This record gives sequence, structure tokens and C-alpha cells, in this order.
Amino acid sequence: MTRWLPFPGLTLLLLLLWLLLVGSVAPGTILLGAVAAVVSSWVWLRLELPAVRFRRPLAALRLSLVVLQEIIRSNNAVARIILYRGTRNRRSGFVRIPLTTRNPYNLAALACIITATPGTLWVEYDSADNTMLLHVLDLIDEEEWVRIIKTRYEMRLMEIFG
Amino acid sequence: MSHAADLPAWVAVITALFVLLGAALAMIGSFGLLRLGSFYERMHAPTLGTTLGIGSVLIASMLCFSVLQTRFVLHELLIAVFMVITTPITLTLLARAALYRDRIEGRDEVPLPPPPPECREDAAREAGSDGDSPRSITPSRQPDDRS
Repeated sequence: MTRWLPFPGLTLLLLLLWLLLVGSVAPGTILLGAVAAVVSSWVWLRLELPAVRFRRPLAALRLSLVVLQEIIRSNNAVARIILYRGTRNRRSGFVRIPLTTRNPYNLAALACIITATPGTLWVEYDSADNTMLLHVLDLIDEEEWVRIIKTRYEMRLMEIFG
Repeated sequence: MSHAADLPAWVAVITALFVLLGAALAMIGSFGLLRLGSFYERMHAPTLGTTLGIGSVLIASMLCFSVLQTRFVLHELLIAVFMVITTPITLTLLARAALYRDRIEGRDEVPLPPPPPECREDAAREAGSDGDSPRSITPSRQPDDRS
């Protein structure tokens, strides 16, 4: 069982994805999707991924709401900068942010969140130093950004993935 | 085959508003790509289109087609998930390439890379830490470590 299905959860997720994409639950579709899901789960075995612990789905839901709200707010802010201010009265710049977590899932999720939010960009991660380089379009206070990234996102992610 | 005539007026209005909002955000993003100053600033502009822009279009699509009931509405959620996962990879790759180029060319506005490992080990030994502890925001750097 474990040899044929090394990642039962992820395999099921892939099958669901397949059914959603095809948009049908005919027996043939399910069979083909199941074969595709099982075969691709063997690929994951070859990748030797670190174990993922996904805890506290409620915390994940809360984080997605925070991110959604932040995306809407910063879309508005960046649109205003582009339309009205251009390059006047504004300074963009880099902030190096010291991170606490080294969990690759936390880092990947943090990179997705930061880059998906307009106005901030994940530029570089240094694994030896465990710091990341953030580029901010409208940079006012560096310390503020360190605080925002750590308390708003990093702490919540560490709650979810450990 | 067009079902547009079957669409109730209020759904049509809401759908149109969301499509317009999405299109406007994509346009502002493209405009920003032209207008903003440096490469790094320009990279922020297209994210308008890839977040709320695509989101609005997807909401419009879900609303329109689920009212018309021509197909399963959850397709759009998948598109959103794939956008969220794939866009940061491209953007981060571009940003790192630009950073690498600027460091090689020795531009002043670009931050220096963190100090090389041997300097870091020395600093860690002096500080008596194992290197795991969070460091200050601006780690001490050798003034000549960029040649």
C-alpha cells in the first residue's frame, strides 16, 4: 500500500484536480485521473521532499483572508502610485529581513504571498544567513517592513507548517 | 452558440463591472510598466493584473457561467491557484537575474550580497552563536567584498 501510494493525501488532491479540470465524474475519467495521480506521486518520491506537516486549517484560512485583504489594499495603493505619482515623492528600495523559520514550505509560501502582493517583491533568499531581500515600491520605514513580514506572515505560517 | 440573451440584467451588470475592473487593473499595470523608473520598480506593476485583475475577471466568469449553468464553475478557482503559484516563480527569477547583473556591474543602488561564508563563520564565532539566531537587518560587510 505505502509502496504504491507513498502520498495518499496528495494523490487524492491530484485526482480531484484532474476531475475539476476535465469537469466530469465519468468512470473513465476517474480511472485515467487515478492512474495519472498515482504515477505522478512516484515522481514526488524521487524528489525526496522534506516531510510536510499541515496543521491548523483554520489558521490557514485566516491567513488567506489577511492576504486577500492585503492584495486588495495594495492593488489600490499601487494603482494610485502608477496613475498619480509616478516616480515623484516616492522612494523605492531594498530591505533585508532576518527570518526565523528555515522550513522550505514556509519560505515558499512566504515568497508566494510577498510576490503576489503588489508593491512588495521577494528578490533573494540567503540560506547561510537565513535572511531575505525584499524590494518595496513605496518605502517609508524599513523597520516597519521587518515587523510586518515577521508578525503578519511569518508567525502565522510557522503556526501552520511548523 | 451564445447564451448572452438568457442572462438576467443584474447578473449582466455585475459581470460587466468585474470584467471592466479586471481590464482596468491590467491596463494600469501595463501602463506602470512603461511609467515607473527602475527595473525593480517596473516589476511591481504587472502584479496588479495577475492578482486582483485576473481575480475580477474570474469572478465575472464564475458568476456568468454559473447563472447560465453551462458548466462547472470551479474551473476558475484552479486558474487562480495556478496564477498564485506560478507568477512568483517568474518574478523572483527575473528579480534575481537583474540583481546578479547589477552586482556584476557594480551599481550603487543595489544592496551587496551577504558576506561570504568564511567571514560569516568568523563573525559567528566572535558572537558565540551557532549562526541560527536571527541577525541584524544590515549585517556587517567587508567594504571590499564586491570587486
